[in-house]
Amino acid sequence: MLDATSDDPADTCVVVPLYREEEVVGDVVRGLRRSFPRVVCVDDGSGDGSAREARRAGAVVVEHPFNLGQGAAIQTGLQYALTDPTTDYVVTFDADGQHQVEDAVAMVDTLRRGEADLVLGSRFLDGRTQLPWLRRLVLRLAVAHARATTGLAVTDTHNGLRAMTRAVAARIHLTQSRMAHASQLLEQVARMDVVHVEQPVHILYTPYSRQKGQSLWNSVNIITESLFR
Amino acid sequence: MIKVILLVAITGAAAVLVRGRRGVRHQALRRLGLALFALGAALSLFFPVTWTWAAETLGVGRGTDLLLYLLIVAFLGTVATSFVRFQELQHQVTVLARELALASAPPSRKVAAARAGGTTAPVRAGDEGGPRSSDPAGRP
Repeated sequence: MLDATSDDPADTCVVVPLYREEEVVGDVVRGLRRSFPRVVCVDDGSGDGSAREARRAGAVVVEHPFNLGQGAAIQTGLQYALTDPTTDYVVTFDADGQHQVEDAVAMVDTLRRGEADLVLGSRFLDGRTQLPWLRRLVLRLAVAHARATTGLAVTDTHNGLRAMTRAVAARIHLTQSRMAHASQLLEQVARMDVVHVEQPVHILYTPYSRQKGQSLWNSVNIITESLFR
Repeated sequence: MIKVILLVAITGAAAVLVRGRRGVRHQALRRLGLALFALGAALSLFFPVTWTWAAETLGVGRGTDLLLYLLIVAFLGTVATSFVRFQELQHQVTVLARELALASAPPSRKVAAARAGGTTAPVRAGDEGGPRSSDPAGRP
């Protein structure tokens, strides 16, 4: 922040799970690289030009041979980030352009100041994020469930923007390949003895992301996935 | 009577779904069950009345109804076990595909520098992580 930390931004690795976002991923990566030189895109078997666009924008691309799911992509990205011994912080960031780079920078700053080991983005901490009432309701229910099962006082469980220290990243093992990984991550964090904080983030719901984004039907899938495993 | 039996069987199938058991005992039980099934099928060819008798004892009425009930329960059990096996298989495929993806990915900065320069970058204790560190079992 204001205190001029000499910290090299290259100690941070940004992990971007990537699935069929060839139209926007280039801009997302370029935007990220203005603040974070190291961006790793995990292409989850997109089969379109996503990997090429990400590479052209300066990201390292790790390619799944076929589609494995977002949880699997995040786990791959974390493991790749940890292969570099200079990685001190890992950020997860969505490829569809709904996250703001400034939010990610602020989260890493929180980690640098030693105030937390894990910073979770939340769209419900301030009034910036506008979202349809049904989506809001479903997300609220997910939050209530996560609070009940993990005991973590979180306000937004399904937010792809997170920042964590190397130690936390090394202890996350996502096995829920599809979408139930967000709750699984929280469960694992709850079992670790780490300090986590939430930070308000702005989710930009553009017509593009609304059309691309998760259908609410997916919440049914998420529930069954976390029930039967 | 039949309701109790069916309820127990359905609960059993659900239990397999939530917490799939594996192991020698499980497999042996499955094989014994299959042997018993074959024996029962063969016997019912010669003594078809036994089904009617069993159905009346359980309070179902007809032997064919009892068979239908048992078939439904067996089908549910098959769905449950194949779901569990499918999940396991999918997990294994994920781990395998991830190793493949990481192996063919460009090496990260310091690893590449160390290989090129011959000097190993200082690696902090416990940091030797990397793709190989993934727990092959991977289950929490």
